Amino acid sequence: MAAHLSYGRVNLNILREAARKELREFLDKCAGSKAIVWDEYLTGPFGLIAQYSLLKEHEVEKMFTLKSGRLPSADVKNIIFFVRPRLELMDIIAENVFRCHHSSRDFHILFVPRRSMLCEQRLKEQGVLGSFINIDEYILDLIPYDGDLLSMEYESAFRECYLENDQTSLYHTAKGLMTLQALYGTIPQIYGKGDCARHVANMMLRMKREFAGTQNQILPVFDTLLLLDRNVDLLTPLATQLTYEGLIDEIYGINNGYVKLPPEKFAQKKQGEASKDLPTEPKKLQLNSAEELYAEIRDKNFNAVGAALSKKAKIISAAFEERHNAKTVGEIKQFVSQLPHMQAARSSLANHTSIAELIKDITTSEAFFDNLTVEQEFMTGVDTDKVNTYIEDCIAQKDPLIKILRLVCMQSVCNNGLKQKVLDYYKREILQTYGYEHILTLNNLEKGGLLKPQTSSRNNYPTIRKTLKLWMEDANEQNPNDISYVYSGYAPLSIRLTQVLARPGWRSIEEVLKMLPGPHFEERQQLPSGLHKKRQQGENRTTLVFFLGGVTYAEIAALRFLSQMEDSGMEYIIATTKLVNGTTWIKSLMDRIPPSCF
Amino acid sequence: MAFITANWNPLGEAFYRKTELYEMCWNLRDGLRDSLVAAAPYGGPIALLREPLRRSPSSRPQLEIYSASGVGIASFPWKSGPVVQLGWTVSDELLCIQEDGSVLIYDLFGSFKRHFSMGQEVVQTQVLEAKVFHSPYGTGVAIVTGSSRFTLATNIDDLKLRRLPEVPGLQGKPSCWVVLTQDRQTKVLLSNGLDLYIVDNTSCTAVVPPGLSPQAGSVVHMSVSFSYKYLALFTDSGHLWTGTSNLQEKLSEVDTKKTTTPRQMVWCRRPKSQQPSVVLMWDRLLLVAGVCNDTIQFPLEDPCVLIGELDGVRIISSTNQELLQEVPLVCQDIFKIASMAPGALLLEAHREYEKLSQKADEYLREIKEQSMLGEAVKQCVEAAGHEYDTNTQKSLMRAASFGKCFLTDFSPDQFVSTCRELRVLNSVRESSVGLPLTHAQFKQMTVQVLIDRLVYRQFYPLAIEICRYLKIPDYQGVSRVLKHWASCKVQQKDLSDEAIARAVCVKVGDSPGVSYSDIAARAYECGRTELAIKLLDFEARSGEQVPLLLKMKRSQLALSKAVESGDTDLVYTVVSYLKNEMNRGDFFMTLRNQPVALSLYRQFCKLQEQETLKDLYNQDDDHQELANYYVTASYKEKRLESRLSLLQSAVDEYNKAKNEFAAKATEDEMRLLRFQRKLDDEKGAGLLGLSLQTTQVRSDAVSIMWAEPEHFQATMEALLALGLHKQAEQLYRDFRVPDKRYWWLKLKSLAEKEEWEELEKFSKSKKSPIGYLAFVEVCMKCNNKYEAKKYVSKVTPEQKVKAHLAVSDLEGAADAAIERRNEAEMGAVLSRCSASDRLVIDRLNRARAGAAKK
Repeated sequence: MAAHLSYGRVNLNILREAARKELREFLDKCAGSKAIVWDEYLTGPFGLIAQYSLLKEHEVEKMFTLKSGRLPSADVKNIIFFVRPRLELMDIIAENVFRCHHSSRDFHILFVPRRSMLCEQRLKEQGVLGSFINIDEYILDLIPYDGDLLSMEYESAFRECYLENDQTSLYHTAKGLMTLQALYGTIPQIYGKGDCARHVANMMLRMKREFAGTQNQILPVFDTLLLLDRNVDLLTPLATQLTYEGLIDEIYGINNGYVKLPPEKFAQKKQGEASKDLPTEPKKLQLNSAEELYAEIRDKNFNAVGAALSKKAKIISAAFEERHNAKTVGEIKQFVSQLPHMQAARSSLANHTSIAELIKDITTSEAFFDNLTVEQEFMTGVDTDKVNTYIEDCIAQKDPLIKILRLVCMQSVCNNGLKQKVLDYYKREILQTYGYEHILTLNNLEKGGLLKPQTSSRNNYPTIRKTLKLWMEDANEQNPNDISYVYSGYAPLSIRLTQVLARPGWRSIEEVLKMLPGPHFEERQQLPSGLHKKRQQGENRTTLVFFLGGVTYAEIAALRFLSQMEDSGMEYIIATTKLVNGTTWIKSLMDRIPPSCF
Repeated sequence: MAFITANWNPLGEAFYRKTELYEMCWNLRDGLRDSLVAAAPYGGPIALLREPLRRSPSSRPQLEIYSASGVGIASFPWKSGPVVQLGWTVSDELLCIQEDGSVLIYDLFGSFKRHFSMGQEVVQTQVLEAKVFHSPYGTGVAIVTGSSRFTLATNIDDLKLRRLPEVPGLQGKPSCWVVLTQDRQTKVLLSNGLDLYIVDNTSCTAVVPPGLSPQAGSVVHMSVSFSYKYLALFTDSGHLWTGTSNLQEKLSEVDTKKTTTPRQMVWCRRPKSQQPSVVLMWDRLLLVAGVCNDTIQFPLEDPCVLIGELDGVRIISSTNQELLQEVPLVCQDIFKIASMAPGALLLEAHREYEKLSQKADEYLREIKEQSMLGEAVKQCVEAAGHEYDTNTQKSLMRAASFGKCFLTDFSPDQFVSTCRELRVLNSVRESSVGLPLTHAQFKQMTVQVLIDRLVYRQFYPLAIEICRYLKIPDYQGVSRVLKHWASCKVQQKDLSDEAIARAVCVKVGDSPGVSYSDIAARAYECGRTELAIKLLDFEARSGEQVPLLLKMKRSQLALSKAVESGDTDLVYTVVSYLKNEMNRGDFFMTLRNQPVALSLYRQFCKLQEQETLKDLYNQDDDHQELANYYVTASYKEKRLESRLSLLQSAVDEYNKAKNEFAAKATEDEMRLLRFQRKLDDEKGAGLLGLSLQTTQVRSDAVSIMWAEPEHFQATMEALLALGLHKQAEQLYRDFRVPDKRYWWLKLKSLAEKEEWEELEKFSKSKKSPIGYLAFVEVCMKCNNKYEAKKYVSKVTPEQKVKAHLAVSDLEGAADAAIERRNEAEMGAVLSRCSASDRLVIDRLNRARAGAAKK
């Protein structure tokens, strides 16, 4: 079920198993039949840890979504609330409990990822704290997403850190990294760039001191941890991702490993049966490396996906043709034994061909092309100091606000801030066109550094671009030789930093590092003697790259590309607070004002 | 080594021996006579109270506490009431049970800890007798009162008094009684005249020991074994009955021929006992009565006290202390005269070897022939563990080591661990330490408890040495010792806070697992708050510091520690604590110094207390946030006037924050709102029929406008849709709308309303800032090809091809592309051609070929 987690360099299934074990232990603590009341936000992440079957084995008979009012009726002994520690949820729970008249019911709360005194206090004030038999915490910080990918699914991390000065997510990050180290050994080297990175590293070192004495006797799996603040590289997520997976996310949005697609292209064409009723439900697909074909094409530039798909199609049909060559009973038997695998491959091919067609309709549109052209102009530093006509036109035509914000922010980042006049012009246009309430969103973007007035006359973006080779003219999309293929020319800054760290080291780019916000640092964690790895000749080192504030699929693709490069000598495991793209990221920074009462 | 067996006395098949443990260090003037004595098992301390019942206030009895070797630990005059019984708890605390039923608890050093009472009624009836016993639940106390009732407390740390049912016919105290624990129940067995009773929680049952001779008489003394499994009864006719304590089985009955009641009677067994016995003590005689009916007699010169141990009996007199035990089987095998056991032969072999005699080889050969060398080594190692004398230990271990040389794959574990454990045991047996533990006792109590006991006796250096020597993980070893040391150190009154803090820090350092907050809590308990704060500074886990700091009312410090920990929940906890503790002004000031806490509190307020949020911003002169606050608030306001006034406040604040743009934008917003209202007032009654308050049923265009009152674009669209061009024009000028956008707006609006004439007029009003391709496309979107074509000719050359294509004029597009000699455009046209467009395709291909030649 989760075998794909164990294929990689680091067996992330260990983490998943540890999480499952803890869940089972908690469920068994509440003896008898149970109903779970879910904080809706948690269902997605939990799906990556345990399916319903596991819950069922432990006598979970009903599941509800947490909402105010009365609990739906269920003939169970235990009611368990699975919630994030948020005050507003406590009020709902209190109402649920208060209005439940079954006296024989046992109530339990499981806080995810950590219990909170503040919330318990609130329950106490509401007078229901005593109704709970168990109040526990389920420490689910890092959720294994794929064989090389961990995410905390903490949506508001960037906003909290940079807008609200609330470092809760960083505390969870540090705790999560401690859990990871408990399972995979102490990580001897820690590098980082950015204020949040520094903060997390500090907390980790402090927590290590707190745990001193319980020396971790596990041979370290990771050689290095690299902590990167998202605000060190604000540019990358703003750009449109051009890998297959990146585009799926940009266009349809991938949530907890699932994507919902328009159903038309996936209609089952059964022979003889007229397709009279087209499905109206969106097609839901799980996307991860368990699917062989997807693992192969997910990180390719979209322009290389077509070729890959047709090659695959040939292989599959050739495989089916084999049946004509099967003469002996033995051969036929062997053919038949491979059939299920081949059929799965064929349906996977059909799915991805459909998805690719859907995407192609969009990527070949003029609007997509124009947008991309402007993005690339900005990234190469063309006319970034003037009001851009394309943006102007888009506003005039009232294109989606987020698209506008992505472009304006990108221009600002690539110009190290916009001239006051230009900035004010954009802002006024946005307010007039999309509504004055967005003044708060604009304020947020400024606070987060995505949008800013130019303060110094010097624009250091070109220097950064040149030193780190962020723009590669001749990006090879089909057979890439550099990470820049993921954005068809632009090499993500964050990944360049990672690449340079591995070789030749950050000392070579001190100047650029100083231009980027926040400190850069290196820490070493002492290993108990006897745990120092004796590296085999040619054995790769493993680095865990942690993106604080989100990472995009294209960046992940670039890191996977680096892992696969023959001479890189480094394998990367990726961790993040949340998987993002420009749209979801900007959205998380927008201020939602309750709809007006007029 | 014949002398080893010199003190062996045969008892049945087995032997008993008496080994001297100590010459007592104490100097007791009157010996143990007339004293209450309590000595704890496992080599525990000894408490002595002389003449406990002497009631004259002028001469108070002295309570003395000694180590097992007789080293004085504490001594103080007993000022409280008459004491009936002394006893030790499992954690080496002294219980003094008084006549009035109160029980006073002292620590090893004689400091008073606490007291409890065995019941109010006892004050009247008085305690006649009391016993301290140990059960799986802890240490218990049992008393029998003047009204002949028993009261039990099974665990003094979780005091629950149980009054047992009345015993029929009992007057005063019974002739003898013991406490039994069986099946997790605590019961009392007592003898009254000829009858024996078992009293438990609910009932009192008469019992008869199986097989007790009818002529034995009444039971006058009884004793239960260390493990509570066996029982011994002594009758007034001198019969000693032994059996299981559940009275199901009889082991033996011995006629001791003594009719006086023994002073003390104790079981002497050992694990895997061959020949258990009961030791009876009279004034001048010690009698070991085996279950086999054999007896051994030792004369006594001095009054003694017997202490039952797991594997023997300790005999304490005023001058020395001895251990009486059954000789372990393995020692018998080795040392028994003429023993041919492999261990004995190995010991002999080694002895010969040391004498450089070839006989060593003969012995070895003999063992090897029986393939018993491994067994021999094991025997020697095991026997060494049982021996008290270090020379004997050494010779056995050497022999084992010698034998080991001739074995190939023999696990050295037992040898190594026995060596280590013996070293530890020998060091704690030292008279100065005074813990005469046998190896079996040591194994039973575990090294952790041993270290605890050493720590409790403040033998810190020795405890640390042992931890290091036995390589106990720091967490359970050295750190634990240091923690206790530090907790003790902070109580040292003659040292300054500074000095103690420094001393603690130097010794404890970063030792893993030592909780500075625990030490600090201890200091705080002793009233040394300053020291506690100093110590807390060393604590790595901020989470641990916070609760204590709050308790000590150092809330500011608690807050900064919480912030340091990074645990936001902890910060919230302190913040909410402070909020309740402080007045608002101080609270805000405190937060102001802690930006992290302040932002968290703001977050909290955003969700829970909007009003407080405003006050916070006000206090900080954070005009920007204050303005944002007003903006947010304005959207929640239903009435236009209040909304405008909130927005005005926002403008003011933006101005104060020097955010000119935002101030201006907000002013614009207000202007727009007023404009809308004016429009509503003017046109409202006749044309729009709207008011600001009712928003229900309207035409589509209008509802957009009013549903989003701040929406400039929507307002413009609505105005244009309603044909209010003049007003739209006015807005366009007033709000400095860029031409481009205005043109787009008007273009779309006119096209949507299909006002084609108006559109054409508009297109000619001046040169379009958005070009004319837009006109073509918008017309096409409204499905009017005819109108669209009107604008194709006006499109700039660069966009010509696109424009032609937009109206599906392939020929026109082809012409334009060929004219411009633009291959990409030709390609674009080609891609739109279908088979029926033969002519166009040919032309384009020719043109392309021509272009390619050049």
